[in-house]
Amino acid sequence: MSSAQIEIQLIATIVAAACALPGVFLVLRKMALISDAISHSILPGIVVGFFITQDLASPVNILLAALTGVITVVLVEFIQKTGLVKEDTAIGLVFPAMFSVGVILIALNANDVHLDIDAVLLGELAFAPFDRILIKGTDLGPKALWVVGLILLITLILLITFYKEIKVSTFDQGLAAALGFSPVVMHYGLMSVASVTTVGAFDAVGAILVVALMIAPAATVYLLTNDLKKLLVGAVGIGVLSAISGYWVAHWLDASIAGAITTVLGGLFLLAYLFAPNKGLFSVLYRQKQQRKEVMLLTFLLHIQNHYEEEERHVNHLNEHINWQEVKAKSVLDLASKNNMIAIKNGVIELTEKGQVFTSKAIQYITDNERSEIEGMKDELFLFRG
Amino acid sequence: MITLGTAILGAVCGMLGSFAVLRKQSLLGDAISHAALPGIAIAFLITETKNSYAILIGALISGLIGTFWIRGMVSKTHLKSDTALGLVLSLFFGVGMLLLTYIQKQPNANQAGLDKYLFGQAATLLVSDVWLLAIVGVISLLVLAIFWKELKLLLFDPDYTKTLGFNIKFLDLLITTFIVLAIVLGLQTVGVVLMSAMLLAPAAAARQWTNRLWVMVVLAAIFGAFSGVFGTAISASTNGLSTGPVIVLVASFFVLVSFIFSPERGILFKQIRKYKNRKALKLFKTLSVMYEIAQTHNDVSRPHAIKILNNFLGYSVNTLKELEDQELIKIDGQMWSMTTEGYNKAAQLFNQNMETNE
Repeated sequence: MSSAQIEIQLIATIVAAACALPGVFLVLRKMALISDAISHSILPGIVVGFFITQDLASPVNILLAALTGVITVVLVEFIQKTGLVKEDTAIGLVFPAMFSVGVILIALNANDVHLDIDAVLLGELAFAPFDRILIKGTDLGPKALWVVGLILLITLILLITFYKEIKVSTFDQGLAAALGFSPVVMHYGLMSVASVTTVGAFDAVGAILVVALMIAPAATVYLLTNDLKKLLVGAVGIGVLSAISGYWVAHWLDASIAGAITTVLGGLFLLAYLFAPNKGLFSVLYRQKQQRKEVMLLTFLLHIQNHYEEEERHVNHLNEHINWQEVKAKSVLDLASKNNMIAIKNGVIELTEKGQVFTSKAIQYITDNERSEIEGMKDELFLFRG
Repeated sequence: MITLGTAILGAVCGMLGSFAVLRKQSLLGDAISHAALPGIAIAFLITETKNSYAILIGALISGLIGTFWIRGMVSKTHLKSDTALGLVLSLFFGVGMLLLTYIQKQPNANQAGLDKYLFGQAATLLVSDVWLLAIVGVISLLVLAIFWKELKLLLFDPDYTKTLGFNIKFLDLLITTFIVLAIVLGLQTVGVVLMSAMLLAPAAAARQWTNRLWVMVVLAAIFGAFSGVFGTAISASTNGLSTGPVIVLVASFFVLVSFIFSPERGILFKQIRKYKNRKALKLFKTLSVMYEIAQTHNDVSRPHAIKILNNFLGYSVNTLKELEDQELIKIDGQMWSMTTEGYNKAAQLFNQNMETNE
């Protein structure tokens, strides 16, 4: 590995970590799309800053762009408050307009600006090591590393200092306000951090992939855990993992590093989406199937209990009377007899004593309709699985 | 030719966008336009040509996959719709970027110009593209006309629609497919980033002027078409301005104007109404205070000093003058007295107030 390669990976790692932290809170607060809006609408801020400083990564520029980000948030909220359109429409109206202003500003001054829209939207990590900080001739390393590193450091300090406050205000706005933490300060604090991070990361990975780096790690870990600390650590872990493996994918394909990082993120998310133990697609589908079967079993037992006529309780009439297909009816029948709830004599179904008790209990629960009791019932039903 | 193309595009987007906005799927457009990118790249990799039909189909398929993944995520996991949208948007786009940069490094020299889908170039619109736009426009118009009743019902009360026996899955698929189609067609002209505004802005502007669906759809189409025409004209008159951003800014201008000046919902008229209400309330307050004072005396029109009013809420020089203009009171120097008319009106208001309080 050359030193440039190491530097690129280092920058990617730090960018990923810096994005993942505010991303967790954006996802939890259902404001994930604000990051999308911010990353697009800071463009005019960056362009104006660039006119002033002629430098993409100067502090003035970053502050200006972050200010534009906060202005976007304020504007979106203002439009929401008028009640003329829904929240998401407000976001969708503001950021394309801001972005257009930025693009037009660039186009009108094309001769003096060495700013490419491609670079703004997509970023290029491969060039990041070429822009270095030199003080009195000593090479201090790539500028992007310092900028993003500083942002990460500040985010970390803020997070550790205000961890409790942020946690409370994220999960219970009312309680937070009652305890005296201003929700407004929290909100705009988070928005400012998100804006600054977006601007810092922007240079390296571009406007759209910033969104991926913010949301995807958080969403992936959110499928695996509900613990805030684990969420934060896990999101950073996943961000860093995909940053480094993404670099090597890009190296191997000779393609965009940012694109490769996002693709790895996407792959990881897909894995979690499909296979996460409790919240993944497969386990949700499996659980839904089980629950459906349980409900069917209950219906079936109630039917048997309610009818004394042999004809109603005959195996062959089952699908006719409860309107089930044959396969379904058979699987329910198997489940019930496996649990010794029914006995079949000459094709006529009879409830066993255990079945009687269970069914009466179930009716009791259902007619009482008390939530806590139904919860207890669920546990009992678990026993019959299998 | 280009103007015609952008006008048709604007009209189609406005029309279908109305449904997206009303179904609270505003940002779906943003997600879909980004999600179309890998489809474009894969279609190019497979066919190795820039055949715009193949690319459109690729974009359509990957846009639809993105849409249904968003649905799946929201219904099957606890992730909220904003996270799902953001994920699909950025992840699909990332994969698309990876593929595009991979294509660019390939020896096949045919790849130039694929990046027009990123930012859009109306200048590359060919006659055949305009025809395609027009055909899609007519088809979506027909579909809207045929399924108008059903779609309207679906928009405002999906559960009721279901109980009436309509196949809401089919209707949903139908309208979603057309929205995706419109987005995909627009990519070439306005690009990935600004496509969502094409869909949203005309519809959001039209929403302010009416509460009727068909008026809104027609208005949105008109706004969209005008944005296309004006945007193209402005960008053509200035050197180096790309069409997409200008169209979006024109559309945003329509939205701004609608937000402020629409007679029913606009901010301006709302403020005026608020101001008028406040003034009427103030008058009523002062009048009721006077009524209470006048009630304690046998002679209703007995003069009282203006000074005693100062202690009461709702009094100001202006309200006093206003009341005098309406001939509800008389002012004589530092004294005021109620006219019979004023007394009767105050009594009426007072009784009304008592009734509503009970």
